[in-house]
Amino acid sequence: MLEHVELFFKSIFIDNMVFAVFLGMCSYLAVSKKVATAVGLGAAVIFVLAVTVPMNWLLDKYLLQDGALVWLGPEYADYNLSFLSFILFIATIATMVQLVEIVVEKFSPSLYNSLGIFLPLIAVNCAILGGSLFMQAREIETFGLAFNYGVSSGIGWFLAILAIAAIREKIRYSNVPAPLRGLGITFIITGLMGIGFQSFGGMLTGGGEETEEANEQVNQVIQPEMVTPVEEVVVDKNEEIDEKVISYNDVNK
Amino acid sequence: MALLSKKDTNLITDPLADNNPITIQVLGICSALAITAELKASLVMAVSVMFVLGAGNVVISLMRNIIPSKIRIIVQLIVVATLVIIVDQVLKAFAYELSKTLAVFVGLIITNCIIMGRFEAFALANGPWRSFLDGIGNSLGYGVILIIVGFFRELLGSGTLFGIPVLGDPIEKTGLYATGYENNGFMIIPPAALIVVGIIIWVQRSRNPALVEEN
Repeated sequence: MLEHVELFFKSIFIDNMVFAVFLGMCSYLAVSKKVATAVGLGAAVIFVLAVTVPMNWLLDKYLLQDGALVWLGPEYADYNLSFLSFILFIATIATMVQLVEIVVEKFSPSLYNSLGIFLPLIAVNCAILGGSLFMQAREIETFGLAFNYGVSSGIGWFLAILAIAAIREKIRYSNVPAPLRGLGITFIITGLMGIGFQSFGGMLTGGGEETEEANEQVNQVIQPEMVTPVEEVVVDKNEEIDEKVISYNDVNK
Repeated sequence: MALLSKKDTNLITDPLADNNPITIQVLGICSALAITAELKASLVMAVSVMFVLGAGNVVISLMRNIIPSKIRIIVQLIVVATLVIIVDQVLKAFAYELSKTLAVFVGLIITNCIIMGRFEAFALANGPWRSFLDGIGNSLGYGVILIIVGFFRELLGSGTLFGIPVLGDPIEKTGLYATGYENNGFMIIPPAALIVVGIIIWVQRSRNPALVEEN
């Protein structure tokens, strides 16, 4: 359970799709002029990531990884098809997007009307393929975690595009230097927001593997010392109090 | 020039300046920002994109009359994915360390908007030779920005170029460091790339006011 919570917050804030790895920047810059459209695209991205990342996790686990084909029989254990992952992932994404579009149109016309125009755009959004490739690169262990990763990185992207759309709506009233108007100032604002998001880096103790190791080392160093200074401080305080008591008594005398 | 007519030359020179894919068309930003902390990675990325876009444009242009328009996106994706797998395997075989640095960003060339954008806008409507020139021109324009950003980020952030120290040794305090200069660690973190690109856009639009956007 804890790993789910950790992955959830980590993918939203620390490894934010837009601010930490710059995925989906093209549609992020193109569709962020109004909050309403940004919300539509953001919702579509969450939806498609939630569908495609677990799908590609299954493909990776049972088809592509080194020795993944062993379920077909022991003679298939030596196959490593991971060089095919790009082509299979993108094919999955393109077909899933098409399929999702058809299903949504059939069963929920109102959702289709709000997401509809954005769905085809999404097949070539780097955030979607990036989600699957990072899922593979980070060796996410279970199907549930893969689903979690898809949803939470989608939410991270949603928050980013929502924030920049709101800022762009407001900045229209500001006097930006002419050559910076539009694209230029959007880049610089995104950069500043990215710096802001860097401060989430210390939010969780178990960040990457390196930080985890570093934290463990820090803990090992700190823990033995931690206990003793506290006691000493307590003792010191008592002594101080005693001194004070004495001094008061002295004063009274 | 006998080899290239004036129109063909424009196909290469336009994307370098006034029709730059990154700063004007706003395509292919994702990879431009993420891998530019080092000049070497920027250069390799630029060359990889040049190969994929040049070859992909030719393939799509040759097939443009037989691709049904309804499924053209999937056909384009398959063509790009195949080319990117070739690039990825070549990198893994001959430059393994670098392929580790670029990591998933090689794979993300597939969804680099420049590639799909040029397929849609140019290769589907033009012959193979012109498509090839268009591909080379646009990937040069992309590469120029990548290399400028990579140059400044590596020089100011680590004081090196292609991994070779050019400003002296920061630990021994030689060269420029003797005067009290420090590396700017800010240039290494990802958001710095956005700000550098923002400044490039600023400079470019100040020089050519026709490019300024209405707010």
